[in-house]
Amino acid sequence: MAVVTYLSLWIIPCLIAFILIVATIRKVPAYEAFVEGAKEGVGMSFAIIPYLVGMLVAISVFRESGAMEFFIDLIRPALHAIGVPADIVPLAMIRPLSGTGALGMTSDLIATHGPDSFIGRLASTMQGSTDTTFYVLTVYFGAVGIKKMGDALKVGLLADVIGIAAAITVVTIVFS
Amino acid sequence: MVNLIWVILFVIGIAFAAVNGTMDQVNKAVFEGAREAVTICIGLISVLVFWLGLMKIAEKGGILRGLSRLLGPFVRRLFPDVPKESPAMGYILSNMSANMFGLGNAATPMGIKAMEELKKLNGNRDEASRSMITLLAINTASITLIPTTVISLRLQYGSVSPTEIVGTTIVATACSTAGAILIDRYFYYRRVRKGRG
Repeated sequence: MAVVTYLSLWIIPCLIAFILIVATIRKVPAYEAFVEGAKEGVGMSFAIIPYLVGMLVAISVFRESGAMEFFIDLIRPALHAIGVPADIVPLAMIRPLSGTGALGMTSDLIATHGPDSFIGRLASTMQGSTDTTFYVLTVYFGAVGIKKMGDALKVGLLADVIGIAAAITVVTIVFS
Repeated sequence: MVNLIWVILFVIGIAFAAVNGTMDQVNKAVFEGAREAVTICIGLISVLVFWLGLMKIAEKGGILRGLSRLLGPFVRRLFPDVPKESPAMGYILSNMSANMFGLGNAATPMGIKAMEELKKLNGNRDEASRSMITLLAINTASITLIPTTVISLRLQYGSVSPTEIVGTTIVATACSTAGAILIDRYFYYRRVRKGRG
């Protein structure tokens, strides 16, 4: 544990120092280069706003109307039959849709079942092993103005299914 | 496909609210969803500005080129469309390394920069290229070595061993990344067969 905490504490400052020192040795005007690159960031953040507003409003309407719960209840028995604990189903469903939603649900599951319970470990693994596909898609493609996404969404969502299945399988093998 | 999903989310949500009498929650969801999105974007400004600034120094100092030379041979096969000298490779590699160390905040700006370079390689079209889909697939599968957020969450709730899920997370993330790459390849060859590669 100490090693991990240490590592995550040191990694960013060390990275910054490394970049600055190497650049200075190679005679790059560091501050000017920084400002030049940083300027791009302002425009990019604003470019993402419309895409993210559109996506997040749709997702929260879907969730708050009770539609998401309905669909989760619909597939719950099927998942239960193949050994997936019912409590984890909402997290699995919301993980690709909403990052804050998933984080809230993970902490809720850990708080109710305990971090060292099977559900707690499963929720932790699931939270760590996939990312919010809709968010990544919206932000990455939105920032550079990609309108035709091709197969990107299908690929991302199928990868999520594999990630969730892998999390359930691995946690079951290791911890039960 | 995204157009369709977007409309479906709204229509089903509103229809459900009509049947279940949850229309007031839907009204709230419209405004709260929009506010959350803007809050996220405003929060992203600081991260994007700082890391894109730092990455420009890394680019000019030749560090990205060094990274490409060091790790490029392993990753190049995933992105056969990206030329060796393209700055896209450096950004792709920094995006992947940042993700591996759980530096989500630093990974996003690099991913966006990589997408920008890939768009240039694709003649600035507004269509997702093969490499863009691959990069996206790898990012949604989120290859992770140290899930820092989860560890601190477990610590907060008094776990006796907050890091015991690191192993399972690495295995699960390796499976999902491998799966993402395979699925990405499957869809690519399907496009090629249909003559749209």
